[in-house]
Amino acid sequence: MYEILKTSFVAWILILLASQSIAELEIEITRGAGKRAPIAIVPFGWEGENLNAPLDVAGVIGADLQRSGRFRPLPNEDMLQKPNTGVEVDFDDWTILGIEAIIVGRVTQTGLNAYSIQFQLFDVFRREQLIGYRMPASRGTIRRVAHRAADMIFEKLTGIQGVFATKITYVTVEQNGSSRLFKLVVSDEDGENETTIRESTDPIMSPAWSPDGRRLAYVSFEEDSEPAIFVQTLRTGNRIKVSSRRGVHNGAPAFSPDGRNLVLTLGSIDGNLDIYVMNLSNREVKRLTTDRSIDTEGSWSPDGKQIYFTSDRSGGPQVYRIDSSGGVPERITFEGSYNSRPRLSPDGKKLAIVHLDKGNYRIGVLDLNNGNFLILSTGNQDESPSFAPNSDKLIYATRQGQNGVLETVSVDGLIRQRMGSGRVDVREPVWSPFPRL
Amino acid sequence: MKQMRVFLISFLAAIVAGCASTSVPDPYSTSDDSDMNGSIDDNTDVVSTDGGRTYSYEDGGIDGEAVPFEDEVEMTMIIYFDFDQFDLKPQYVDLLSRHANRLSNNLATNIRLEGHADERGSREYNIGLGERRSQSVRRMLLIQGSTAGQISTVSFGEERPAAFGNDEESYAQNRRVEIKYLN
Repeated sequence: MYEILKTSFVAWILILLASQSIAELEIEITRGAGKRAPIAIVPFGWEGENLNAPLDVAGVIGADLQRSGRFRPLPNEDMLQKPNTGVEVDFDDWTILGIEAIIVGRVTQTGLNAYSIQFQLFDVFRREQLIGYRMPASRGTIRRVAHRAADMIFEKLTGIQGVFATKITYVTVEQNGSSRLFKLVVSDEDGENETTIRESTDPIMSPAWSPDGRRLAYVSFEEDSEPAIFVQTLRTGNRIKVSSRRGVHNGAPAFSPDGRNLVLTLGSIDGNLDIYVMNLSNREVKRLTTDRSIDTEGSWSPDGKQIYFTSDRSGGPQVYRIDSSGGVPERITFEGSYNSRPRLSPDGKKLAIVHLDKGNYRIGVLDLNNGNFLILSTGNQDESPSFAPNSDKLIYATRQGQNGVLETVSVDGLIRQRMGSGRVDVREPVWSPFPRL
Repeated sequence: MKQMRVFLISFLAAIVAGCASTSVPDPYSTSDDSDMNGSIDDNTDVVSTDGGRTYSYEDGGIDGEAVPFEDEVEMTMIIYFDFDQFDLKPQYVDLLSRHANRLSNNLATNIRLEGHADERGSREYNIGLGERRSQSVRRMLLIQGSTAGQISTVSFGEERPAAFGNDEESYAQNRRVEIKYLN
């Protein structure tokens, strides 16, 4: 047995910033809002060397807006005209089709690997331009620039900041015979550009973004099948092992809003799990909880003053809140026998949790101001809720057959999307912060 | 090869059970080779002749155990727990006393207790549940005379399930502690 064990100890594989793989995430809207605004995104014009632009920018923008569940883009074949600039737009043609807003634009090559994306958004009813921008891009950045254009259009039309240029991270598990391969993956919010950050035959779990979106903290069992917390810089692949106390758990990391501290869970030799805060500059830890119960899954309030966590000090798991400098924990959740893994919305108003609802583990959102509680998911083993940086929707993991897939849902529960083919077990999604511009 | 060995062990176990006894009669016991060295203790008094209830690696048998006659015999020991429970079921007391004896007779031997949870609920909380289960086993081994330094624990929570179904049968196989001999 020891030989087998030893083999598995050394069998873990390390890949730093590995190659991009085939997209595991394909998106399907499973439920939309009642009224979706009819809009038109006209295919963009192209001026440049090759026959086609390096990216179908209008296609990316249209897919983003459609995926938001708030818009119904007009199919290209139904368009009566295909203008590329505002002066070419005949508003009568769009009024007849009932279109409320129209987006036109073009991509112009300005250098060997330099492009200019120009777009305008018009209100068809008032026949006026709402926004118009010109943005530089390269082949490497053009998709991100298209997502940023979609963000600007979305914000203008809805008043809500768009998240199309954000990223998500998640863990996938592939079963290869008797061995399993865990991958920590980062992709665009729409599932494109999947990049494997880390691979191991031992478990990888609990990823967390740094507030600047440049680093990930996560738990990996790659060294002797013992848990350790790593912080990895995405751009370079460099990583630091910040906590690896032997013989006890090192888990559940989450960055403080200023990025200087990590809340984490450490075990004691008798197995008791407690919440600690680590100063990342000197790795000193301060213990916050001392109860002889499971205290874990710490999550910061957006102002950094409080930490929400799971504790079963009352019997079953419930969410508690403690000052990040220490103090007496205060119980937050009371509804039901199981409430765990709290995550705060970035605006600080809502708390997402895993809630046991009549035998089903589902994602619930508690309004911290008025105490209203809403169950947002419909599966029986849903987990790992994480808010988008605009606090308008969440991503979580649910089950499709034996595998985990990801779903997003708007905070009002009206718009739900499923991501993932179901071919690979996907779990523990975490939404990135807004990108730094 | 492994199957042959398990068979051989069970055969020997049946013989031992047939001519040996335990000082504390235990209906779950199949033999009383409590010092795990293959010899049979004194004060024998036959209490069981149905021996051969053998732990099987293949089916993850819950209610029996192999009886090693040599230290080099490979064995995987798995202890199962009820839903939301961390207390050891009575049937495991005898098994753990054998492990405790083996540890106290071989002070250089180290084991690792790997705690697991079923996959319902949140992952880091499930790490806590797995840890509690491995601590239950650890405490029992310490009570029965093992040295703390010989026993380490780890919890994998729900990350390494033994069964993959979404049903109670699979969940029951996943709520477990695996005893791993490290040397």
